[in-house]
Amino acid sequence: MAFSKDHELHTRRFGRNVSLAVVLVALIGIVFGLTVVKVTTGQPLEGFDHVARPHMIPQEGN
Amino acid sequence: MSDTSINKPETGEAQFSDFFALLKPRVMSLVIFTALVGLLVAPGSIHPFIAFCGILFVAIGAGASGALNMWWDADIDRIMRRTQKRPIPAGKVTPNDALAVGLALSGFSVVLLWLATNALAAGLLAFTIFFYAVVYSMWLKRSTPQNIVIGGAAGAFPPMIGWAIVTGDVSLESVLMFAIIFMWTPPHFWALALFMKSDYDDAGVPMLTVTHGRRTTRNHLLVYTLLLAPVAVGLGFTAIAGPIYLTIAIALNAWFIKGAFEIWRRDEAQAEADHYKTEKAFFKFSLLYLFLHFGALLVKPALAPFGMGGW
Repeated sequence: MAFSKDHELHTRRFGRNVSLAVVLVALIGIVFGLTVVKVTTGQPLEGFDHVARPHMIPQEGN
Repeated sequence: MSDTSINKPETGEAQFSDFFALLKPRVMSLVIFTALVGLLVAPGSIHPFIAFCGILFVAIGAGASGALNMWWDADIDRIMRRTQKRPIPAGKVTPNDALAVGLALSGFSVVLLWLATNALAAGLLAFTIFFYAVVYSMWLKRSTPQNIVIGGAAGAFPPMIGWAIVTGDVSLESVLMFAIIFMWTPPHFWALALFMKSDYDDAGVPMLTVTHGRRTTRNHLLVYTLLLAPVAVGLGFTAIAGPIYLTIAIALNAWFIKGAFEIWRRDEAQAEADHYKTEKAFFKFSLLYLFLHFGALLVKPALAPFGMGGW
């Protein structure tokens, strides 16, 4: 026996909640995938802070 | 009966599909297609997963601007037959929820596009959302019959964003892709306005048909179609196109001009007699026109591995 009966609201919103869960899991997958791609292709990972870092700037002859 | 009861939403729970409908999926599909073409024809390479994410975030940004447009236009959407079934006038989603979805997805899509690709692509997406939601929906749509002309820019940015995702810049080719959609939008919508006449009249939206009459609209439709042709054909001489695109563009524009000329030649009595057959045919062809132009741009990258397709 269930501890408590589901409120009618839970029933009505079930489909919407499941869909939202799928979207959130997909978002996690996308952010993880982006991280993997950026790391494995050697793209700069420090480009989006507020300080220009000398070692991020390509040097001539390198 | 009180006034408030008119606008009171129907009872019922908004489903996920109702929120998805806020994003204007049909418009979104055109955005995805044109942005994808911009991305595929751009010089340079990009990781396929980053390309996928870039297009996805552009689509979400476009959807967000659609939600903001539906939030702002809910009052006139209730009046126009074509838009009465949208989620807000149908009472499925509350205006506040639509606003929240629009704002949240706008921020989300721009920030993630920046992180995934570059600042220019994200900036263009942010400007597109602003242009559609604020410049077009809030400022122009109800105040000037030039609403469609200027507002068309919002729909024209996606190929430019696709290009910027790969290259990080704006070039002649991406400007011409922008210009094709920008110049195509007025004849496309004016054809629609000619045969959906009572809708815009009822809602008080100052379409050219309402403010300047149908004769003027027919004249403008022809002029914009004539101005569109050199832009669309001109793209055929750039590095991203080739003889196949050029041939298709010449044929499509000749046909489009012929259709516009037929609309221009008709008067209202003739149009009403055959239930706007020519205007409806022109409107349908205008969708094919845009699809085939951008589809033809894909010929070159498709044939490039075989050393064919380009100039």
